[in-house]
Amino acid sequence: MSIRVINEKCTGCTLCTRACPQGAIEVNDKLATIDLDKCTFCGSCVSTCRFRAITIEIEKQAKEDLSQYSGVWVFGEQWKGELSPVVLELITAGRQLADARKSELAVVVLGDKLDNVAQLLSEYPIDKVLVYESPELECYDAEKYTRVLTDLCRELKPEIVLAGATTVGRSFLARVAVQLYTGLTADCTGLAIGEDGLLHQTRPAFGGNIMAEIVCPYTRPQMATVRHKVIPTSPKSSNGSKPEIVKIEPKSKLFGSRSEILEFIKLVEDTVNIVDADIIVSGGRGIQAPENFAMLEELAKALGGAVGSSRAAVDAGWIPYSHQVGQTGKTVCPKIYIACGISGAVQHLAGMSSSDTIIAINKDPNAPIFQVADFGFVGDCLEIVPMLTKKIAAMRGTGN
Amino acid sequence: MKIAVCIKQVPQTTEVKINPETNTLVREGVESQVNPFDMYALEEAVRVKERLLEKGEEATVTVITMGPPQADAALREAISLGADEAVLLCDRAFAGADTWATSFALAKGLTKIEPDLVFCGMQAIDGDTGQVGPGTAVHLDYAQAAYVAKIETIEKKKIVVKRLIENGYEVVSLRLPAVLTVVKEINEPRTPSLRGKMNAKKAEITVWKAADIDAPADKVGLLGSPTQVIKIFSPPHREGGERWTGESPELADKLAGLLKEMEII
Repeated sequence: MSIRVINEKCTGCTLCTRACPQGAIEVNDKLATIDLDKCTFCGSCVSTCRFRAITIEIEKQAKEDLSQYSGVWVFGEQWKGELSPVVLELITAGRQLADARKSELAVVVLGDKLDNVAQLLSEYPIDKVLVYESPELECYDAEKYTRVLTDLCRELKPEIVLAGATTVGRSFLARVAVQLYTGLTADCTGLAIGEDGLLHQTRPAFGGNIMAEIVCPYTRPQMATVRHKVIPTSPKSSNGSKPEIVKIEPKSKLFGSRSEILEFIKLVEDTVNIVDADIIVSGGRGIQAPENFAMLEELAKALGGAVGSSRAAVDAGWIPYSHQVGQTGKTVCPKIYIACGISGAVQHLAGMSSSDTIIAINKDPNAPIFQVADFGFVGDCLEIVPMLTKKIAAMRGTGN
Repeated sequence: MKIAVCIKQVPQTTEVKINPETNTLVREGVESQVNPFDMYALEEAVRVKERLLEKGEEATVTVITMGPPQADAALREAISLGADEAVLLCDRAFAGADTWATSFALAKGLTKIEPDLVFCGMQAIDGDTGQVGPGTAVHLDYAQAAYVAKIETIEKKKIVVKRLIENGYEVVSLRLPAVLTVVKEINEPRTPSLRGKMNAKKAEITVWKAADIDAPADKVGLLGSPTQVIKIFSPPHREGGERWTGESPELADKLAGLLKEMEII
């Protein structure tokens, strides 16, 4: 592995000096030199140089014949027979990738009593549903699931494996990728097959301030978790063709585990999970008191949405952490995000700035939230929100 | 009980911007900090240690990171907050590591430490992947639970934790040794004590190179990484749109009209 400046091509323009996050490049006498003790091979300089004067050479090649891998797999995450909504989005992405590669799209489902899930999936434009059914797999178990999917990948050799960037998907695929010694890109927002035939994966980093395009050239499968709500849900099959449902014989030797689920505590709240919500009504410091969150809940209920919050409101103990949006909370991507009394610190924006439409209500006309809001309302959210809820009820003719 | 905490040094802010004219990272004046999620991991490790010490059992906390020599500062901060020992995995060969190669190197370092329990933050705020903790557990062949929000009970060979899942919580029992990744909800980190700060100043940081942890060159750093970043760019810029001021009833009307236009109501 080496990085070097091609002296004949370097013009000494200093673009690379400014690009280097490590401060490892100096330009003297119109020639860049790289301090190898500081360089981390991040590649920023390579992609910045307009003269292709810097190269990173990796003496690396595939250790096996990659052409034996084909097909796109989507992990059909389900919970007690209920399919995770992100799976239908992955089918959209998977279909496009499989078509581009002229290969098959399969959805892999692990669990117990999966007939309904397989039935539901068979209405979508996929070629195969791989069903791996066992009472041992009823709930997600990190060790069992890892062994099963690793085994399936080794045996059936898919070229691409996708999962939702859910709490399960992100940690589960990380485990499988380590076992298979292959690459995994987290939280992708864009996937495409490049001219090189590779899966080009685009993902945000640094709280969404930077996008990176990533490939996995030498190992298979190419794996990615995909952020919920950035890809449209797949339509059902239009031509009436049904996928083949393949039941895989479970191997009991894969089922040992050092962990055991003792209990589920389902959050009993009317307001849906913020990650799944199309509309989020979110409150911050401007909500002023815990009891005022009730008005956000009412508005969310009227709109069929969920209640989110800024870190400030969680830290003040006004609302549980599971509602927190932002850098140390959840990243959400709803159709509409209504920020009420949220100033819009960068940490908060990191979690919601990819929402389709942002509406902000804030007393302070200088609040940074207005710089990202498509529609800004300078006013008191404590007054406006209940009025809006009433208005909606009136417009719907429910009269209260 | 030997407890280890994996930490990462990250930029003080994620407000890293790309200069649109030169397509380069603007990095002036960005200082480093310990990844916020790792602070919760460290705090929880120290609390477990304190509980065990109170019961008259032995317990130590070793904090480990992979990074450049400057990461020494992050380790000292961890010592000021209650860690006993600190290990820096520092070698040219580690540079450019993706999550696979990072978790491999950490696991190799941890193998030397032989911890019973390993804490990680759920993700780092610069990379946002959440993959290194679970990956490290696989390399180590330890039990693992992600998104842990509470430790219910801890015994010599067993730990029971409550972890955050999409629609609630799950209570899981794990046989030790295990790797836990934690969420913010788990605790409120302390601030360093005066004695902690003194300890941090005089602490000896152990530095291990690739050879010290038996990490072959083709499994660490850029060379050991299956993924490659081929391009970085700025996301589409969001700009503030229309803005209204006025009396509350007027604004509420406007907003209702807007939602109707969007066919929400």
